[in-house]
Amino acid sequence: MSTIHAEEAGAAKAVPVRTAPHASMWRQSLRRLLKNKLAMLGFAVVAFMFAACFIGPLFSPYTDNKINMAVMNNAPSLKHWLGTDALGRDVLARVLLAGRISLTVGLASMVLSVFVGTLLGVIAGYYRGVVDQLVMRLADLLLTIPSLPLLFIFGALLSEWKVPTDYRMYIVMLMLSIVGWPGLARMVRGQMLSLREREYMQATVVLGLRDRRKLFNHLLPNLVPLIIVIATFNIGGAILSESVLSYFGLGVMAPTPTWGNMIDAANNMIDFQDHPWLWIPPGFSIFATVIAINIFGDGLRDVLDPKQKR
Amino acid sequence: MTEAQALLEVNGLKKYFPIKSGLLSRTVGHVKAVDDISFSIKRGETFGLVGESGSGKSTVGRTILRLTDKTAGEVKFGGVDLYDLQPDELRRLRPKMQLIFQDPYSSLNPRVRIGDAIGEALLDHGLASPTEVRGRVLDVLNACGLSSYHFDRFPHEFSGGQRQRVGIARALVLNPDLIIADEPVSALDVSIQAQIINLFRGMQEKQGLTYLFISHDLSVVEHLCSHIGVMYLGTMMETGPRDELFRDPLHPYTKALLSAVPVPIPKLKRERIVLNGELPNPADPPPGCKFHTRCPFAVARCREEVPLFRDVGNDRKVACHLV
Amino acid sequence: MSNVLEIEHLSTHFHTEEGVVRAVDDVGLQVRQGEIVCIVGESGSGKSITAMSVMGLVEGPAGRVAGGRIAFDGIDLLKLGRNELRTIRGNEIAMIFQEPMTSLNPVLKIGEQLMEPLIEHRKMSKKAARKRAIELIGEVGISRAEQIADSYPHELSGGMLQRIMIAIAISCEPKLLIADEPTTALDVTIQAQILDMLRRFKEESGMSILLITHDLGVVAEMADYVVVMYAGKVVEEGEVVALFENPQHPYTKGLLKSKPIINQRQDELYSIPGQVPNPLELTPSCYFHDRCAYCMDICRTQQPVLKDAGNGQKVACWLNEEVTPV
Repeated sequence: MSTIHAEEAGAAKAVPVRTAPHASMWRQSLRRLLKNKLAMLGFAVVAFMFAACFIGPLFSPYTDNKINMAVMNNAPSLKHWLGTDALGRDVLARVLLAGRISLTVGLASMVLSVFVGTLLGVIAGYYRGVVDQLVMRLADLLLTIPSLPLLFIFGALLSEWKVPTDYRMYIVMLMLSIVGWPGLARMVRGQMLSLREREYMQATVVLGLRDRRKLFNHLLPNLVPLIIVIATFNIGGAILSESVLSYFGLGVMAPTPTWGNMIDAANNMIDFQDHPWLWIPPGFSIFATVIAINIFGDGLRDVLDPKQKR
Repeated sequence: MTEAQALLEVNGLKKYFPIKSGLLSRTVGHVKAVDDISFSIKRGETFGLVGESGSGKSTVGRTILRLTDKTAGEVKFGGVDLYDLQPDELRRLRPKMQLIFQDPYSSLNPRVRIGDAIGEALLDHGLASPTEVRGRVLDVLNACGLSSYHFDRFPHEFSGGQRQRVGIARALVLNPDLIIADEPVSALDVSIQAQIINLFRGMQEKQGLTYLFISHDLSVVEHLCSHIGVMYLGTMMETGPRDELFRDPLHPYTKALLSAVPVPIPKLKRERIVLNGELPNPADPPPGCKFHTRCPFAVARCREEVPLFRDVGNDRKVACHLV
Repeated sequence: MSNVLEIEHLSTHFHTEEGVVRAVDDVGLQVRQGEIVCIVGESGSGKSITAMSVMGLVEGPAGRVAGGRIAFDGIDLLKLGRNELRTIRGNEIAMIFQEPMTSLNPVLKIGEQLMEPLIEHRKMSKKAARKRAIELIGEVGISRAEQIADSYPHELSGGMLQRIMIAIAISCEPKLLIADEPTTALDVTIQAQILDMLRRFKEESGMSILLITHDLGVVAEMADYVVVMYAGKVVEEGEVVALFENPQHPYTKGLLKSKPIINQRQDELYSIPGQVPNPLELTPSCYFHDRCAYCMDICRTQQPVLKDAGNGQKVACWLNEEVTPV
């Protein structure tokens, strides 16, 4: 902090600030986030999952998904740390490869729905009127249909149309973002409407600023925290939905492994009781990832968007 | 008052807010926030608009600046009716008439550095080239009692008084003709309040500014303003030059208002006109003189006939049957 | 007259991320029976926290009363348990706040909220409590009492709600009323009514009032005795007339000079330079030293204590100690 000199009467003095000078709200938020132990734990778990899934398989000799009848349903051993499945494939390698798909699907569908949701939400909230009505009624329509049944129908159609399994992953991403954007657009629009009423936005009108500056220098920077928080929760939600779809055989299909369809493979009493290594690893992966993402998201919300409490 | 000299002229300004009700949100009535207000401010003058909450004084300021649309009347700024302007013409005229907000916390964007907040309008209006902006902002920061090192700081690093200085700097950098200040010192502590009031005065002397100073605090208004208007329930009750109005208030409401201000002199015996009751519902104002329900001098005529806002000489106008 | 309230060496601290804020720092004051004592100060002076400490409203984990004694009628409130405190709070000590809107429950009718303390503390029957509630509404100057009793808070104006708050506060005939900026949110004409009413109740019932305000005009009008606080410390206190006519502490002087007075216009207002210090960065010194025109070397390194300055006044200032003419 700068030293205080007696300035001329009426002149203000430096406000004593403990934090480093000119710390923006972003840097402050980051500092507070780093202090939040639970959120950092969540982040560590997510980071570990990503690292394991994307780097781990490089060190595994079993990534070719080759069927090996000699080692069907083997229990965990030194050779196969998490055992093998009914076709003799290494479960650990498959869990990690499945993680690649699940995490990619979650991430990509989040990016897509954030993009669409933000764009439409900003347009609706900024221009209001007819555009707002159109966008929001479309969003309402999508929100009134429960998303899981909608996804089931989509999934069933995909199977009916015999979409090649290689493409299904991309189509699943698309499906998830179709059900993901309306909620986001709604929140972004709400935030836009509330920001418009802030005095500092009125000040931009009084100053006669151009629309472009109002939007990019004043509105968007205040939207980003909200978007980051929703986006984080969205990844978790998308991973969960993808797992459910795949579990029911409507999402990404075998032989491409995902956490959901791996659990499906253990979908009988015998496997459930006698071969727990088939379903516990993918199940635990889903559980740990989604929980960790949500914990991290909660922490993010606390530091970025303290008013937005559930 | 000669019309030619007036920088701001407000004639018969009305602003009604619809009251909506029911399933189809039909308009069932109006809150007459501003109900036929007229006044004018000469160049270099400070006009104080006084009134209690619900008097519509802030709405007057906002309607003048077209932050909210008028219902009727005209607002002439330098001879031009602001309501005749196209959006882009209005935008380009805006630097000439600035607003200073009451709340120094919510009127600054928390994510914009002070220097950028003050300089961005200069850029947008092409009033300074990108290379000149920094110098212009530093000049105005210093003039407002802030320092160069504040340029890169964010609002949260400032105290309330300093933020209000930033708000003033943001307006002043545009070299405005008119500044509308909406309760600019109400949120500040006494010792800081005095600093800001002095800043307002100093700036006026230096730049020949014209102020419309909106406030509920009569002692501040007396200190700063050369002319004063008193509003009640959306209507102007009395206008006049400061000294005359404070020495000899004509309207009973002005009298009551003046006598209600607590004075920091203990055991001072003052004759106080205590008003009865509360402000009537602005959606359903009393007939006749709007003040008659609380006026200690009201007669039968006040209940029936709306008093005219008429000239009583000495540059004073008043709306009261009893004067 | 006996002291209704005696505060001695009260310290209330808040533990924040950046450090400990001594919001109230070794404060002492007395309120005698039937007297109005005003604590005056700007934001951050600790005046409201002092009042909250008396009411036991400073709540953890961040804030806590770190030490001292708050004696009400000779009983140390800081030593009382939750239940014992509750029988005193709202009954013998009542409090009204700046924002009447947020202090009333929006889903309960006005009458019900008035009846609550009567039933709780005075053990009245519902019927008797309602009768008394309606009387009270009349006593605070509201007509149509029956109708008001059956309305909800949002149907009333701020001034009316503050009257209701006062009605609730006086319902159990407290010995002490703590009023924290009771008229700050109100218009001047309403403020005049409310202050008149508080004075009238004081005279009728002999209760004491601890009034917290930033408005020197209100102080002059209401107070018998004034306590000036700055940055958590009492810097000066005294009888109201003496203190306003002959302020001793440079801060009190500056405060009185910087307030514009109606019908006493000056061209340039006096203003105290600078601003209140950051409570996290206070060092042993007079906390006002960097804004003080009479600052001496000792002011920067040692804290002055509150000492008798004659004329019934007490002041915490090195100028006073050295008896150097100002």
